[in-house]
Amino acid sequence: MKAVEVRDLVKDYGNFRAINGISFEVNEGEVFGLIGPNGAGKTTALRTIATLIQITSGSINVFDYELPGEAREVRKIISYLPEEAGAYKNLTGKDYLNFIAKFFGDGKKSRDMVRKGVEIANLGERINDKVDTYSKGMTRRLLVGRALMVNPRLAILDEPTSGLDVVNAQEVRRIINNAVEGGTAVLLSSHNMLEVELLCHRIALINDGKIIASGTAEELKKEYHAGNIEEAFVKAIK
Amino acid sequence: MIGNIVKKEFKELFTIATLIPIIVIAVVFGLVGQTIGNIGERMEEKPVVGVVDMDDGDFSDIAMAVLMERGEIIYDGNDTEEGLEEVREGNGVALLVIPVDFSQNIYTDNPGEIEVYWMMKGAGMMDSISSGVVEGLIQAVNQGISAKLIQEDGSFDPALVLAPTKRVETTFFKGKEIKGLSASQLSNILSSQSIVIPIVVMMLIIMAGASVISSMGMEKENKTLETLLTLPVKRSHIVIGKMVGSALVGMIMAAIYMFGFSRYMSSFQISNINLADFGLTLGMQDYLLIGVTLFTALLAGLSLCIVLGTFAKNYRSAQTLIFPITALAMISMFLTIFKDFDTIPAVLRIFVFAIPFSHPMMAMRALMMDNYSLVIGGIAYTAVFMVIMIVVAVRIFNSDRLLTGTVQKPTRGKLLWGLRR
Repeated sequence: MKAVEVRDLVKDYGNFRAINGISFEVNEGEVFGLIGPNGAGKTTALRTIATLIQITSGSINVFDYELPGEAREVRKIISYLPEEAGAYKNLTGKDYLNFIAKFFGDGKKSRDMVRKGVEIANLGERINDKVDTYSKGMTRRLLVGRALMVNPRLAILDEPTSGLDVVNAQEVRRIINNAVEGGTAVLLSSHNMLEVELLCHRIALINDGKIIASGTAEELKKEYHAGNIEEAFVKAIK
Repeated sequence: MIGNIVKKEFKELFTIATLIPIIVIAVVFGLVGQTIGNIGERMEEKPVVGVVDMDDGDFSDIAMAVLMERGEIIYDGNDTEEGLEEVREGNGVALLVIPVDFSQNIYTDNPGEIEVYWMMKGAGMMDSISSGVVEGLIQAVNQGISAKLIQEDGSFDPALVLAPTKRVETTFFKGKEIKGLSASQLSNILSSQSIVIPIVVMMLIIMAGASVISSMGMEKENKTLETLLTLPVKRSHIVIGKMVGSALVGMIMAAIYMFGFSRYMSSFQISNINLADFGLTLGMQDYLLIGVTLFTALLAGLSLCIVLGTFAKNYRSAQTLIFPITALAMISMFLTIFKDFDTIPAVLRIFVFAIPFSHPMMAMRALMMDNYSLVIGGIAYTAVFMVIMIVVAVRIFNSDRLLTGTVQKPTRGKLLWGLRR
């Protein structure tokens, strides 16, 4: 079963076409990266799959659930981490994880999720402090913990290491890899080409709302006679 | 340099979005003011009254002369029942009846009785102006009689000279006959008793409304909305959860406010009249209806707030969106305090009825006068209003508007699907 199947997806905002007929698949247990510059359509693509915005045409299936008709079923098995997400500032980190966990299960199931979230966030005693007092890196780790603690079948991560320093970014990548080993499929976007090369099994290069190339990092480098993905991307859009 | 900053600030703050609500409210307040009317003009108008003179003595002649000069007499006869009918049909303020032994009583050092039958139309503060003018008219009658007594031979009891007449009053109001109270007294008591509820409702709506609109603004500003919308929970549950949470916060804040306000208001309590003695009392069923109307109006108001809140881009813009709610709540409050629902023009009546917050403000007075249709109709209207607003809010939550500010036109199938989500 495919984790995600996107066919001829089109998304218009008024007269502006943000996504222009893209198609791709994400396999179970796979990390699939959408890479491209700002405004290429990465976030819009992720938002449509995360059930946040409606599609203009085309089709999206998540573990055989069709969008938008089965959005409620899809929300039970996905977890979405927006690029600039925040948490409720007047809650403590742990209260925030509790709040989220209760949507996915009661009692022990919920407590286990929170325990896992606390472990992933790795904030020590600060987990009991209000989110308002967290640094950007701490908030991002809390949010990654929130996204992955619910054991999603598909994690949709928009720029997961955006704005983080090297140490925190590396930690987040390690957490994502652990989740994948646990069976979670990951669909992520990034304009950090190095990160994508390190994390993703397969990559799609997106520009002006269209996928211009896709494959493994090695395949893309070979196709465009490039030393790295960044170089391959530049050659691909020319 | 300063000019440059001023120019920037002006452009940032002086937008169409901030201007339109102010213009709308200014126009509405203008219309309300025009409808309520000019107090000065109404005070100078001759009061429309009926007179029944059954005495035909020296002092009743004085009274009649004063009444003829200062009042607009629409009935001058000998039949009280007929007089009441004429005054009622002629939209008069009162019927003054001078009984047979009026002059004789005064000559024997007893105050002459004047029976006053008030035709009260509304219980708002402004509604009692005309009855106040009639009271002035009766005062003028007293002065005329006092002058005659002084001119006579000076042997009259000074107390009688100072107060030569006494009133026996009956007030007809919304089908009820209330003996022993004048229209002004009744209006004052009803106003003072029902002034607190409109203020409580206004504060409750403003506090709870501000909470729900701010909550939407903060969800966007803190970037928590996207996460919330991808959780496995129905959109309608998010909307209702936000409404109920805000209602609780609003109620606590309003309760704290009202604690101080009720202490303040109690210092103005001057009337010792108990309305229950005149059959104007509320039963358990009435209090239950007041509770229901307050609850439905609060939820209807909050559902409107949540729709407005979806337009908030951040906390700051949310503060601007609270303004129309505040204005509507204040208009309702002023209208229900100053005017009775039955005495305002039809257009304004529709406007007041359409504002969900008006209903709990009017409920207490309406129930006291057994006007159940207004209260139950109000509850039905606010419930329908609330359901429509919740459906609209859920539709917005299902659309792209919340995140992108644009809306994808739904097909008929998607429209129904959107409500189920």
